[in-house]
Amino acid sequence: MQPFAPLAELARGLRAREFSSRELTRSFLDRIRDHNATLNCFITVDEDRALAQADAADQRLAEGGATALTGIPIAHKDVFCTAGLRTTCGSRMLANFRAPYDATAVARLDAAGAVTLGKTNMDEFAMGSSNENSHFGPVANPWDPARVPGGSSGGSAAAVAAGLTPLATGTDTGGSIRQPAAFCGVTGIKPTYGRVSRYGMVAFASSLDQGGVFAASAAEAAVALAVMSGFDPLDSTSADQVDPWLNGLGDSHLAAPAEAPVIGLPRQYFEGLQDGGAALEDARRTLEKAGCRFVDVDLPHTDAAIPAYYIIAGAEASTNLSRYDGVRFGHRCENPQSLEDLYRRSRTEGFGAEVKRRILTGTYALSVGYFDAYYLKAQKLRRLIQNDFLAAFGSVDLILAPTTPGTAFPQGDLTDDPVAMYQQDIFTTPASLAGLPAMSVPCGFADGLPLGLQLIGPHFGERAVLETAALYQQHTDWHTRHPGAYA
Amino acid sequence: MADIDLPHLCRLAQLALDGAEADAARADLERIIDMVDRMQAFDTDGVEPLAHPLGTAARLRPDEVTEQVDRDRFQALAPAVQDGMYLVPRVVE
Repeated sequence: MQPFAPLAELARGLRAREFSSRELTRSFLDRIRDHNATLNCFITVDEDRALAQADAADQRLAEGGATALTGIPIAHKDVFCTAGLRTTCGSRMLANFRAPYDATAVARLDAAGAVTLGKTNMDEFAMGSSNENSHFGPVANPWDPARVPGGSSGGSAAAVAAGLTPLATGTDTGGSIRQPAAFCGVTGIKPTYGRVSRYGMVAFASSLDQGGVFAASAAEAAVALAVMSGFDPLDSTSADQVDPWLNGLGDSHLAAPAEAPVIGLPRQYFEGLQDGGAALEDARRTLEKAGCRFVDVDLPHTDAAIPAYYIIAGAEASTNLSRYDGVRFGHRCENPQSLEDLYRRSRTEGFGAEVKRRILTGTYALSVGYFDAYYLKAQKLRRLIQNDFLAAFGSVDLILAPTTPGTAFPQGDLTDDPVAMYQQDIFTTPASLAGLPAMSVPCGFADGLPLGLQLIGPHFGERAVLETAALYQQHTDWHTRHPGAYA
Repeated sequence: MADIDLPHLCRLAQLALDGAEADAARADLERIIDMVDRMQAFDTDGVEPLAHPLGTAARLRPDEVTEQVDRDRFQALAPAVQDGMYLVPRVVE
């Protein structure tokens, strides 16, 4: 079975009974078995559970009521709770955690008949840009195993890039879908904040966290997004947004935009670009030929995004992660001498170095005497960054920018310098702070490594983002390239 | 250079860092705070802080019982329970 067959082809084959979901699932499980030792992109694979889901899908395909995803294998980032399948969040703290319920995004994909292959590796608690912060070891980039796949959803991006799954979920707090999508040469979308329910998504920074998906193309990502998204009363920040076009995307045929969009090029994003300037220029020309018009836009507070992001995300993380106390669930130290000792040693043993850094940064920003200078200042800058985008969207439909400053960097290069690592998020954190939908689309290569372009839309403007990405992918074939070792 | 009182922060965050781990954490935190101090270069006078990206208020639901907590199911995750209670070291002697 061809591991990189288009999703529509898999769905058609399943419906025509050319192959069963069990056979399809088995073929991906075999690929995971063959390649996970080198890539380490899965933390947990439960073959029996996956094959049981596949059998149920086969029955549904035979009896009717199948959806575009019935019988299609998918992998879930290990931040999404899955009942009966452990959810580690890449942490020692949750190394044996079995959630008592499913995340809403998972429940919706399950209900559509998708088959869960397993849980993908990630930076601990989704904190990282290289997937080197996982308790379960780093993930290798399928294009060059000595390089990082990006993070924090590195396992999901690498698994799709290597053809170990046609689809994978991810989450994006400051770039954790878009940056690994760019580094691994796959398509990844972070929807508008509130589009995908956060219920059952282990919390990192609640005002920023947003679920999304990786796929081989914008059209395929749209099919999964249609199923995952929608209002959820169990998430108090879920957006009550109904989009008939999104719900109608079952047949994986995303139309080209009805009217070619006007696209803004933010000057600030093109200064300081290491690789990819030529590829982005080619992408601009391709879209121009397809009818898009380009204008320059100004996003003057772009430089404030990294510091504001690391304060806000750290502050929210320090609060969210206070729930890990060794009492109700998660890691507990041996022989605690007192309640205080129980808390401290459980947390100190359970969290890795980067998670501790974020907690301490957040604690500092929220502590007496520093609150106004850091936390409040960051929230004010967040407003200015959002205002920059709102002003730009007064004259353009979309913004096109690089996803990352360069291509995937070598493992270990930035591990000793957290501040240098944080700079990797320079082009992704602004849209996160503003709560905007953004996606990364493969747009070429530099020295054999994939490059990504980023499309950012206004709030709930996923349609223009996805359709424009699909338009670009109709005119290019970067998204159909696969790493040689896995083709 | 930022003024980091690491023992105080560790107390607040319930973390115990000693020796080399504490030295590394302090050095990293100093660099991080120096980096975020770039924020001070931007004028934010009179700007309203943004706490939620969509600016909406938290939704309320009718005050009705919607689900019962299944204590046994949730306590199955706990490191130590007895008779429906979570066990921790003795707090009052």
